[in-house]
Amino acid sequence: MKIDRRSFLSFLIGGAAGTTLSPLTWKLMDDSAIWTQMWPWTPVPEDGEASYVNSACSLCSGGCGITVRKIDDRAVKIEGMKEHPVNNGGLCLLGLSGLQLLYGPTRVRTPLKRVGKRGQGRWEKISWKDAVSEVSETLGELREKGQSHTAGIISGSDRGTVPRLFDRFLTVYGSPNLMRTSSIIDSYELTLHLMQGVQALPGFDFENADFILSFGSGIIDGWGSPVRMFRANSTWCNTGGKVIQIEPRLSNTAAKSDKWIPINPGTEASLALGIAHVIIKESLYDAGFINYYSEGFEDWKRFVLDEYGPDSVATVTGIDSTTIIALARSFARASKPLAICGRGQGTTPGSLNECTAVHALNALVGNINKKGGIFAVAEPDYINWPEIEMDDSAAAGMQKGRLDGAGSKKYPFSRHLLNRLPQAVNSGEKYPLKALFVAGANPLYTMSDSKAVKKAFDKVPFVVSFSSYMDETAQNADLILPNHAYLERYEDIPTPAGMPKPVIGLSRPVVEPQFNTKHTGDVIILLAKAMGGNIADAFAWNSYDECLKETLGYKWRVMVEKGFWSYPDIFVQTHEKSFDTVSGKFEFAPKETGSLKQFKPVNIEGDKTNYPLLLIPYDSIRLANGVVGDPPFVMKSVDDTVLKGTDVFIELNPKTAGEHGLREGQLAMLSTPVGKARVKVHLFDGIMPGLVALPRGLGHTAFDDYLAGKGINFNELIGPVEDSVSGLDAAWGIRVKLAKA
Amino acid sequence: MKHKKAKKYGMVIDLDKCTGCGSCMVACMAENNVPFRKDESDKLLSITWMRIYKLTNGKPFPNIDICYLPRPCMHCEGQHEGHSPCVTVCPAIATDYSIETGIVSQIYTRCFGCRYCMASCPYHARYFNWWDPVWPDGMEKYLSPNVSPRMRGVVEKCSFCFHRYQMAKEKAFMEGRRELKEDEYQTACTQACPAGAITFGDLNNPNHAVHRMVKPDLKHHGRPTNPNAFRLLERLGTNPKVYYLSSREWVRRAGDNYLEKEVKLKKTVHHG
Repeated sequence: MKIDRRSFLSFLIGGAAGTTLSPLTWKLMDDSAIWTQMWPWTPVPEDGEASYVNSACSLCSGGCGITVRKIDDRAVKIEGMKEHPVNNGGLCLLGLSGLQLLYGPTRVRTPLKRVGKRGQGRWEKISWKDAVSEVSETLGELREKGQSHTAGIISGSDRGTVPRLFDRFLTVYGSPNLMRTSSIIDSYELTLHLMQGVQALPGFDFENADFILSFGSGIIDGWGSPVRMFRANSTWCNTGGKVIQIEPRLSNTAAKSDKWIPINPGTEASLALGIAHVIIKESLYDAGFINYYSEGFEDWKRFVLDEYGPDSVATVTGIDSTTIIALARSFARASKPLAICGRGQGTTPGSLNECTAVHALNALVGNINKKGGIFAVAEPDYINWPEIEMDDSAAAGMQKGRLDGAGSKKYPFSRHLLNRLPQAVNSGEKYPLKALFVAGANPLYTMSDSKAVKKAFDKVPFVVSFSSYMDETAQNADLILPNHAYLERYEDIPTPAGMPKPVIGLSRPVVEPQFNTKHTGDVIILLAKAMGGNIADAFAWNSYDECLKETLGYKWRVMVEKGFWSYPDIFVQTHEKSFDTVSGKFEFAPKETGSLKQFKPVNIEGDKTNYPLLLIPYDSIRLANGVVGDPPFVMKSVDDTVLKGTDVFIELNPKTAGEHGLREGQLAMLSTPVGKARVKVHLFDGIMPGLVALPRGLGHTAFDDYLAGKGINFNELIGPVEDSVSGLDAAWGIRVKLAKA
Repeated sequence: MKHKKAKKYGMVIDLDKCTGCGSCMVACMAENNVPFRKDESDKLLSITWMRIYKLTNGKPFPNIDICYLPRPCMHCEGQHEGHSPCVTVCPAIATDYSIETGIVSQIYTRCFGCRYCMASCPYHARYFNWWDPVWPDGMEKYLSPNVSPRMRGVVEKCSFCFHRYQMAKEKAFMEGRRELKEDEYQTACTQACPAGAITFGDLNNPNHAVHRMVKPDLKHHGRPTNPNAFRLLERLGTNPKVYYLSSREWVRRAGDNYLEKEVKLKKTVHHG
C-alpha cells in the first residue's frame, strides 16, 4: 500500500480521534492516579511514648506558658499551659504553629560566613571556634584603636538574662550602644518617668477594670500580651465590662467593642484632652487623688479648659461634641475606668503628648496603682551579678554619647531611640558604626523606611546576626551565629507586656538542638573569654545554663517544676510612696513634655496636593510582624481579602474608591513620599473615607517560600517622624496617592 | 437501654466572645496533620477543617459591623438520626454517622474521591485532597501518630478530634471506668481558643455546659430553646450539632441565611 499525504493524514487524524474516543487513555490515567495514590509519599508518622514538657513561648513578648506534647523525641503539638497566670490553657495561632519554625526550612543550621556580596545568599559553613574568634578579633581591633564605642547591639529586649549579658558585655567592652526595638512601651516608660518619677513598666489591671477607653489599642488584635487580652475581653463579656474603641478603622477590637467611635487619625491626644475638659468642667474627677497626690493640676486645668472645649475638639477629631461629653461622663462615672493607648499591636511608640494625655485621664479618675487601674511595675530584681571592673578604654568608650541620641541633651529622658539609628549612621554626624550585633530582632524588616535602614546597614562593615532563622537581617549579615530555637534552650522570659504583676517564665529545651546551633548566652560568654582581661573577668560562668541557674537561685527549682515564677500579688502601694518626682506627687504637667504648649498634631510626611489620601497600617493577630513572620499554618488563616496569590489588598471605603474609579479586586498603585507599591483594592465600609489601610506583616523577602514574596512590607512606604520631646517615632501614617495600575 | 446511654457530642460557639483570631484553625491543623501548600489564598482549595468566616451587616460607614463565625463540620443529625446530607450520599460508606457519639466520621481508606459528599454538604465543611501532602524537609517530624495523613484523592473534614475521644476512652477503661468526664474529651480548637468562646460536650447530658447553654429541645432534633442560640441553615433540617450564640440580631439572621422577602414566604412553607 502506498502511503500518500492523504492516507498519512487520515491515519494521524483517525488515530487521534480513535485514541480520544477510546476509554483506554482515560482508564489508564485514572488507574495510574489511583495506583500512585498509595505510593509511600504519604508519610506514616511513627508512634511512640507520649509525654508532655512545660515551657514558655518567646515568639512575642506575651510570655504565654506552653505544654508541648512529645512522641519519643519528637515534639508533635504545642498547647497552652493550664493554670498559667498569663494564658491559662489558651494560645494564639503563632504559638500553636511554633513547631513549623522549629522543624522548618528557615532554620540556620550552622554558623555561616558570607562569601558573596551582602544579601546575595552565598555562605560558607564555619566552625563555632572560627566564628567566635572572628568576632573577638574584629572587636579586639576596634578596642585597640580606641573605637570600642563604634560597636553596637540591636536587641529585641533589654530585660532577662540574655539581653543583660549583652548589656554587660558591651559595657565592659566600652560601648553605650545597646539599642532596644521600639514599641509603645518606650512611650509608657517615659510617661511613667516624667509624671510619676519612676523607672517602671506599665501594668494594666484589665481583669478588674469595667470601662476600657482604648485610643486605638488593638485589644484583641495582638496588643500587650495577646492571649491575656483575649481572656480579659471574654471576662468583660461575662461581667458586663464596657470597651470603647476609638480609631478610624473598624478593627476586630472595634467590632467587638461596645462602642466604636471613628476618629480622624492622629487626633487621639486632642480627644483625650477634650474628655479631660468635660471631666474637669463638670467636676467629675477624683478630688481626693487630685488634691492630695498630684502636682501642677491647676496649670494643666487652665490649659485644658482654655484650649480643649468639646466644640473645638469636635472640629479636630471629627467626633461630635455630644459624643465627647457623653463619653467623658460615662468614663468618669464608671467604677473602674481605664484609658489605654498604643495603636494596633503597639509596635510604634507614638507621640509623647498622646501617651501623657491618655495617662492624665487615668490620673483624673484616680486609678493609678489601684485595683482595676494602671500600675507602675518595677522589673523584679532577680539579676544580681557582681559589679563590673571597668578598664580605662571601657570607661572612655562609655563616655561617648550614644549613636541614637538617647540620653543626649536633645533627648535626655529617652533610653532607646532605635528609630534614629539609620539617620545617624547615614549622615555620619557623630561617629560611624563599625560593628553591629543583632539579637532577638529583625530590624531590616521591622524598622520603617526600609531603604534608609538598608543603606545604613550597608555602611556598617561588620554585621553579626544571632538569629535562629534566616530572616531579612540574617540574610544581610556578614556572620550568622545561630541561636538554638526557642524550644531547644533554657532562658528566662521576663514579665509579659502590660502585666500588672511580675511573672518570670522559664523557656526550656523541649527537644535536643536539631542543628549545629549554640545558645546566644553561651556565645557571649565564649566571646568574653576570648577577649580576655577585664571582659573575661566579668563573665565568670562556664556556661549560660550555669549563669541562669545561679541567677535564679532558689526560684530555679520551682520554675523547672511549674514553668514560671509568679510574684505574690500586685503590691498595692500607698500613694504617698509611689511617686518619685521632685514634688513626690503625680505631675500633671511635667515641663519637659510640653503638654502645656498648644497641642500640635504630629506632622506626618507628604503634602496634601500631591498626596491627597492618608495611608495607615493595620495589625492583625493572623499576621506576625515582629521577629518572626507567619509560619505556613498562620499564612493559611489569612483571608483572601487580605492576600490573594502574591497581591496584598488595601482597604478602601467604597466612597473613596468611587472617587478614584476603582472597583473591588482592581490593581492600583500606591505612592507615598517614601516608596511605591502595587496593590489590589478591597472595598470595606469599615474604613473612614479618605483613608487607605494596609496590613503589617507581609512583604517578607526572607524566610520560606510560604511567606516570602507575598504582599508589601508596610515599612517600605513609611518613614519615622521624630517626636520633639522623646525623639521616638511618632508617625501613625503617611500621605499617599492612589492611581489605577 | 443502649440508646439512653448514647452520647450526642456537640459544640457551642459564643460569637460574642469569638475574636476571629484564628487559634482554632491553627490548633486544628496542628492536631490533625493538615497539609499546606505554598499558596493558600484560593480558599476553595485550601484545606481548613475549621474555617473562620467574616460576616458583615452590610451597612455603610460608620454603621457597619463585623462578626466572625468559626465553622467546623456540623456533624448533622439529619431528619432522622444518621441521615446527615453527606452520609446518605456516600457510595462507599466512607463517611458514617455514629449513633454512639453522634460524630460523623470520615474513613480515608474507603473514600475513592467521588466528592458527592462535598456537593451535598451545605456548609462547605468538606475538602478534597487535589495534591499529595508534602511537608518541607524535616517538618514531617512534628506529625502526630494519632491522625493519619491523608493521601491525594480523598475527602477530609473535621472529626471532632475523634482520636482524642478514643484516647480518653482507652484511658478511662484502663482506670476501670466506662463513662468519660466532661473535661476528658475536648477538641483541639476548644482547648486552644484563647477567648474561651468554644464549649464542647454531650448535648444529651443536662450537666454538660453545652446542654445548659443552648437548652436543646431533644424531642425536636435538638432545636435550641435559648433565644440567643441558633444553628446554621436551620431550615434545611440538617439538624447540626454545632450551635452559635450571639446577642446581635443581624448575626442570628445571617446564620440562617434569610433571603430578601423570605420572611413572608416562610409562613407558607410546611416543615416536616
